[in-house]
Order: sequence, then C-alpha cells, then structure tokens
Amino acid sequence: MKPALAWIPRGIVLGLIVFAVFGPLANLALWAFAEQWYYPHKLPVTYGLRFWNQVFKPRGDALESLWTSVVIAVSTVVACLAISVPAGYALARLKLPARTLIMLAFLLPQAFPSLAVYINIARLFYGLGLNGTIAGVVLVHTVHGLVFGVWISTAAFAAVDRDLELAARSIGASAFRSFMTVTLPLAAPGIMASAVFVFLESLDEFTGTYFVGVPDVTTLPLLMFTASIAGNYQIAAITALVLLVPSILFMLVVERFLKADVMAKVGA
Amino acid sequence: MKESRILPLVLVAPALVTVLALFVYPLGFSLVTAFVDKAGAVTLTNFARAFEFYANDILFTLVIIALSTALVGLLAVAIGGYLTLGENPAAVAALRWLYRWPLFIPFVVAAQCMRTFLAKNGLMNNSLVAMGLLDPQQTAGLLDWRGIVITFVWKQLPFVALLVAGAMASLDRTTIEAARNLGAGRPRILVEIVLPQVRQTLLVGLVLSFVTMMSVLSVPIMISGESPTMITVDMAFRINNYGDYGTANALGFISYALTGVAAWFYLKRGISGGGKP
Repeated sequence: MKPALAWIPRGIVLGLIVFAVFGPLANLALWAFAEQWYYPHKLPVTYGLRFWNQVFKPRGDALESLWTSVVIAVSTVVACLAISVPAGYALARLKLPARTLIMLAFLLPQAFPSLAVYINIARLFYGLGLNGTIAGVVLVHTVHGLVFGVWISTAAFAAVDRDLELAARSIGASAFRSFMTVTLPLAAPGIMASAVFVFLESLDEFTGTYFVGVPDVTTLPLLMFTASIAGNYQIAAITALVLLVPSILFMLVVERFLKADVMAKVGA
Repeated sequence: MKESRILPLVLVAPALVTVLALFVYPLGFSLVTAFVDKAGAVTLTNFARAFEFYANDILFTLVIIALSTALVGLLAVAIGGYLTLGENPAAVAALRWLYRWPLFIPFVVAAQCMRTFLAKNGLMNNSLVAMGLLDPQQTAGLLDWRGIVITFVWKQLPFVALLVAGAMASLDRTTIEAARNLGAGRPRILVEIVLPQVRQTLLVGLVLSFVTMMSVLSVPIMISGESPTMITVDMAFRINNYGDYGTANALGFISYALTGVAAWFYLKRGISGGGKP
C-alpha cells in the first residue's frame, strides 16, 4: 500500500479511538455547561454557569464534600506513609523472616473483591463508634492504599545504591543518620509517587466510603453518585469534572514520577 | 546482634498489623458469617437463599466480568502490539497519547460519563445519526449489560494496556527483527513471538482488573437499574434494606470463589517473583 493510502484505515481506526475515549468525556463536559437540555435537542439548548454557581456557592454541599475528600485523602497519605516507609525500608534492606508472605499480605486488599469486606468492616466499626466518622473512612482508605505505599517504597529503597549508605557509615554516621541524610532523600521521588497513588486512590474511593462513611461523611464521589441517581445531571457532571482534574493530571505525568529503575523493582 | 533481628520486625509491624486488623480480620468475619445463622449455628441456608434469589445475578456477574476481561485482554494486546511493532511513528505516537486517558478516572465518573453518552438520546447515538451512520428510528440505548461491559472496558483497558505495552517495550528486539527478516508478518510476530513473552504480565493485569470489577458497586447501579444486576448491588441491597448479613456474606463468599481461580494466577506470580530481594 502507498504510504498516503495507508492513512485511510489508520485514520479511521484512530478516529474511532478518539470517539471512544473522548466522546464520553465530551458528553460530561456538555452536561456541566448545559443549563437546559431536553429531547429532541441533540445539543444543549442553553449554556451557562448557573449550576456552577449553585455547586460552588459558599457553604454549599459540594465545597463541603470537596473539603471532606481532601482532608480524608491527605490524612490517608500521612497515615499510609507513616507506616509504609519504615516497612518499605525493612523489606528492602533488612533480613526478615517470611518476607514474601509479608509482601503478599499487603496485596490482599487488591486480591479479594473488597465489597463484602467493607460490609463487615462497617459492622465492626459500628460497634467501635467509627462508622460515619472521618477516622473510620481514613482507616479503610489506608488499608487499600498500603499496597502502593509499601510496594513502591520498598522498590524505591531497593533502587538506592547501597554503597552510598556504606560510605556514609564509614565516615562515622550512625545508621539512623545515614538513613535520614542519604537513603531517604534518594528514595524520596519513589515515595512521592506512592503518595500520589495513595492520594488519588483515596480521593476516588467510593465503595468503602459508601458503607463506612454513612450517614455523616459525604465525599465528592458520594455526592456525585447521589446527584446522578437523583437525576441532577448538571450537578453530577460538574462534580465529576472536579474529580477528573487530578486524575488526568496524574495520568499525564505518571511516567515522570515512576522512574524505570523503581518500576523494575516493584513487587520484587 | 539481637537488636538487628528485632528491628526489621518492629519496622514492619505497624503496617502488617493494619492489614491484619482492618482487612484479614473482617475478611475472616465475612467468611464465618456466610456459614452461620442468626443464632450462631453452622448452616448453609444463607447460600440456599443467595442461590434462590440471586442465581441469575451470579451468572450475570460472571458473564459480564468474564466478557469485559476478555475484551480488555484482546484490546490491550492489540494496543501494546501496535505500539511495539507499528511502523508509522506518527500513528504510534498518536495511539500512545490517546489510549491512556481513562487510566485514573474513578469508576463513578466513568459511569456518569457513560450514563449520558450511551443513552438512547445520548451523544453517541446523536453523533452517529448526525454522521448519517444510523437511522434516527433505529437508535437504542445501551444502558443495560452492554453499558456495564463498555464502561468496564473503557476504564480498565488503559491500565492493562499500560502494563502490557511496558512489558513489550522491554523485550529483546533481536528475535522480533530476526522473525521480520525471515518474512513473518506483524500479526504473526505479535502472536507467536511477543505475546508468549508478555503472557505473565498480561495475566497479572487481567486478574487485578477482574478483582477490581468484581468489587464495583457504582457502575451497575448507575448504568443499569434493571434486573438482572450484579451481585455487588444485591449485597448492598441485603444490608441496606434487611440488615441481612448472612445472605450478603454468602454472596461475598461467592464473589471470592469466582475470583479464586483468577487470584490463584496472581499469587503464583507473586511468589515466583517475590522471593528475590
């Protein structure tokens, strides 16, 4: 086939992919800016920002949910890193019995369908007074994020050149000091990557929050879901767009965050 | 040297205890609850009720997830294959830029996009009618099992394709070039040379994807409100309307069992790769 002719099938396939990827997103964007849209009109009848004002009005539901979501996500990152950085270091550098089993334990929340587990966590949390609290939701998100926290920080520590640590030790630095001044800074980009994963995972989490957060904790995904079920497509679309921003940003930069040397060691 | 033996355990303990207390324990609780009645006696009535009410939904769930997984696998190999073997740099670059967009989009957002896009008078049908590809009288909504499959594939494909494309990119190119020099076509190189070498990565991606889809509650509720539905919806219904933990956990047990085979692949891979420091 001539090079120019080869662009015909190629163009059709790429066009279909563009339609499949961006069509649903375009529909969402249209709904976010549609003030009136009803059958048989193929496009919104009037556009405007009326619903944006409604969503972002001071002390409105959406701003409150956004704040709740961010507080939960940041707390989840802090809780997750606080326990996974030490664990990652130990798994990468120190001798541990049953190391493989320990690594696999962190994978369990991803290896089992989690909905049935959330139901039972909610039941147990109810007895502990943790249902409907931010703390309860943070705990649930932390468990789910641990696999990123532990596996990626283990990989990040494993990718740090051991000779640099030995050099620090040989000029008299204590084990703790060489960790704080040499190992941790070198592993920091990988740990940052795991933090972003944990943050996004928490920000986007729906099912666990649905069972454990009721009735008092409404995160952005829950608000979006409620609006959609109630048929408020504009409100749902606007909240969905807000949730899209961090997802798309991270998708665009994910490879810069996760360097190949760290990627190669994930799960090892 | 007594300290150095305890220190690693101390460092790992908080993370490990968290998983054990907040995942393994509730998981065990769910397994036990599935097999006991309200009085605490061992029984199979929860399963009897689960099958009596939800046999169709169990089958429906399995078919939807199996179909979605198969489509994701097929398309991920096609995307990875084109990115690896494609000869036109511009087309390869365009595909590489395009396929990843839904990667981190949450399921609720994907469901909301599809809920409007796939409706009878949604943007998809409207665009097809406007392009003259579809008769306005023929339009039909896809908001049933097909919508769920489309949403799952849309959302999960970039993840599996990313893994597969990454594995393909790190292959030794000499065998590919050798096959090409011997006159093998690209589809044949993909199936006979590239695919066997990335099989493990593909399986891992598909199993993780399978487990994820098995836990999604928002998509079946938002895409298709009708019966049959997926067992995640049934579990939520048993809890919210009847506080019926027995039947919900029996359904949960069935969802573990359905993923059991899939998880087995994954654990096998994890052990074979996880022993090395």
